[in-house]
Amino acid sequence: MDTAFSSEDLKFQSEIRDFIKTNYPQELRDSINSKRKLGKELSREDLTAWHKILGKHNGWSAPSWPKQYGGAEFTPTQKYIFEQECAKAECQYIMPFGINMVGPVIYTFGNEEQKAQHLPGILSGEVFWCQGYSEPGSGSDLASLKTSAVKEGDHYIINGQKTWTTMAQYADWIFCLVRTNPDAEKPQQGISFLLIDMKTPGVTVRPIKLMDGSHEVNETWFDNVKVPVENLIGQENMGWTYAKFLLAHERSGIAGVARSKKAIERIKQIASSEMSYGEPLIQDPAFKAKIAAAELELSALEYTELRTLAKDSAGKGPGPESSLLKIKGTDIQQAVTELAMEAVGYYANPHLGTTLSNEYVGPDYATNLSGTYFNFRKASIYGGSNEIQRNIIAKMVLGL
Amino acid sequence: MNFDYTEEQTLLDNMVTSFVRDNYDWDTRCNIVKSEEGWKEENWKQFAELGLLGVPFDEAYGGLGGKSADLMIVMEQFGKGLVVEPYLPTVILAGGLISKLGSEGQKNSIIPEIISGNIRCAFAYAEPQSRFDLNDVKTSAALNGNDYVLNGFKSVVFGAGMASHLIISARTEGEQRSESGITLFIVDTKSEGLTLQNYPTIDEYRASEVIIENLKVSKDNVLGKINMAYDAIEEIVDISTIAACSEAVGILQVLKDSTTEYCKNRKQFGQSIAKNQVIQHRLVDMMIEYEQAKSILYMAVTADLSNSDERRKAVSAAKARIGKAIKFVGESAIQLHGGMGVVDEYMVSHYFKRATMIGVLFGNTDYHMKRYMTLTQSGISSSDEAISVSVT
Repeated sequence: MDTAFSSEDLKFQSEIRDFIKTNYPQELRDSINSKRKLGKELSREDLTAWHKILGKHNGWSAPSWPKQYGGAEFTPTQKYIFEQECAKAECQYIMPFGINMVGPVIYTFGNEEQKAQHLPGILSGEVFWCQGYSEPGSGSDLASLKTSAVKEGDHYIINGQKTWTTMAQYADWIFCLVRTNPDAEKPQQGISFLLIDMKTPGVTVRPIKLMDGSHEVNETWFDNVKVPVENLIGQENMGWTYAKFLLAHERSGIAGVARSKKAIERIKQIASSEMSYGEPLIQDPAFKAKIAAAELELSALEYTELRTLAKDSAGKGPGPESSLLKIKGTDIQQAVTELAMEAVGYYANPHLGTTLSNEYVGPDYATNLSGTYFNFRKASIYGGSNEIQRNIIAKMVLGL
Repeated sequence: MNFDYTEEQTLLDNMVTSFVRDNYDWDTRCNIVKSEEGWKEENWKQFAELGLLGVPFDEAYGGLGGKSADLMIVMEQFGKGLVVEPYLPTVILAGGLISKLGSEGQKNSIIPEIISGNIRCAFAYAEPQSRFDLNDVKTSAALNGNDYVLNGFKSVVFGAGMASHLIISARTEGEQRSESGITLFIVDTKSEGLTLQNYPTIDEYRASEVIIENLKVSKDNVLGKINMAYDAIEEIVDISTIAACSEAVGILQVLKDSTTEYCKNRKQFGQSIAKNQVIQHRLVDMMIEYEQAKSILYMAVTADLSNSDERRKAVSAAKARIGKAIKFVGESAIQLHGGMGVVDEYMVSHYFKRATMIGVLFGNTDYHMKRYMTLTQSGISSSDEAISVSVT
């Protein structure tokens, strides 16, 4: 048992640190900070600028991808270090839909033409992807999805509606689960995995506003959308297999440990400035105990993640343990966003950046912390709700 | 980065696992804990033959030179079998103090005896008023010629009744709660002036109240420097706390696995109760708590324990977090076993009781939480620098 970094790891760490220092654009940091503060939507450029820079550097935009597809193929330790350093420097996180989700599906199940067409754009960050899984009637019961794909000659004709499509407003492409066989014995058996160009006629995107006022998710409608059969991944009616692979594939970072660590550090700073009973809030026994509890949980989760990564690198392959990381990781993210909001007292109230007021009030650090708390209730619901994750563990790990 | 055992560690793990499997089935254990002695000398001899009693000791004294990870392996397997022999008091606690503070003469005379299984030792530190504070020592030691004369009372000394020697902490100087002025003495348990009141604990281990009245101890039997024992006591209790946490993790694994099995087999309303989602989710949460407990144990075992601040922080983090897991997994195990959970006859209650008492050992969750907070949050200054990025 050994968790100390080797001298090579330490060298790698300083390489990453230096790279971020030299290459992370200050104007990007400023742009994102000022928008976050005022609860303003990030632009496509904000979301992809760092991705594009990493994409030009040894495949660093894709830490897990094999080198043969242009990825960095980091070791688990390197992935861990990379995430830590990016979080410490508060780099904009890389959108997961291309790099973590559809990319590995394409290089694992796609044909040569599909790899050649799509992987370079995902890697470079030039092509923006979104995910078409959920439907209004298919949330936790994803396999009940109804969006239909009917083969007509060399095209599929798509009709239906996807929902919760994150960042579809910027997306060039969407990967979709569609029903190709409505008569299959089991609902899972009639589903296919399809790549769809968002510019195809008949695709319509409508925004859904979340409770903090943010626009992250959308409804995406398909009205007789013609998709070439070449855009089918793998075999027809095998989409459920690829979807499951995708869900379990990318475990590194799923728990968000590095970012939660940074967030706790920040809460401690805030609580050192905020006063309660005439003393810094950080001295308040009740508040202090909550911070410590979050730290312990995070510390345990960090080692759970490391254990999982170490197991992956031993070739034991990803499995349902990712559900554990998702449950615990989002628990902590929610606890931390709540603590941050709690730390600022009355200044949880102002809702800035709306059409009603662009005034900037209260301490700098307090802005939009309540918005973030409200926004993050999503975390235990998305990506398979935490209840569904428990069902997965019950079935796959405990054999119930 | 890896969490794999070395070849030697795998051998050790297999060895302790087979010991527990072959010598500690449930009926055997029940007979041991019901016996007058409360332990089995034959098992102790086998520990010696297997080399287990030498795991943490320096090779110079015949030990294996093992580290915390090796002790973790032993204790985790002992936890799975609820092994009651006094390994923690003798080898880790008393043995640790002797290794740390003993003179060459003391080490040469005592450590090989421990390793060969000839003697057992216990550490008498807690007092009725001290609770978990290692610095709170009222028991006094006054120099009289070439002897110290000790007077006082020691509480809940684990394994004292099976021990040939006790290590006693006593105050040679200073106020009751002063860290300096504490000295350790090695005494024969049969000494005049020492009275042991032995009793079983709720989890079927054995402990004693130790009454010390005009106990004469020769200067030669002082362990370490006069007045200076505190740091070593804290360090060895920290190392022992990791060992206790390891035992707890072994127990939690049994609680989680056996409860899962029980729920699969128990039928109500015509089906296995594990078909109910409310049961499934409770079992999943038990698994998550177990994994988190194991992870934070790994954190502590791989921490730099030679750095005292890091050691304190890691130990208290682990003990506090594992304490929380013990409560959840233990109480859930009983609840899901229903009536079978609350009876003495079925093994789950015994695992629950032992885990709960480990929760108290060397300081409970609140105690370690407070220590952790003191260590991690005192250094934060109120800062005026602008904090301008949102939290996430």
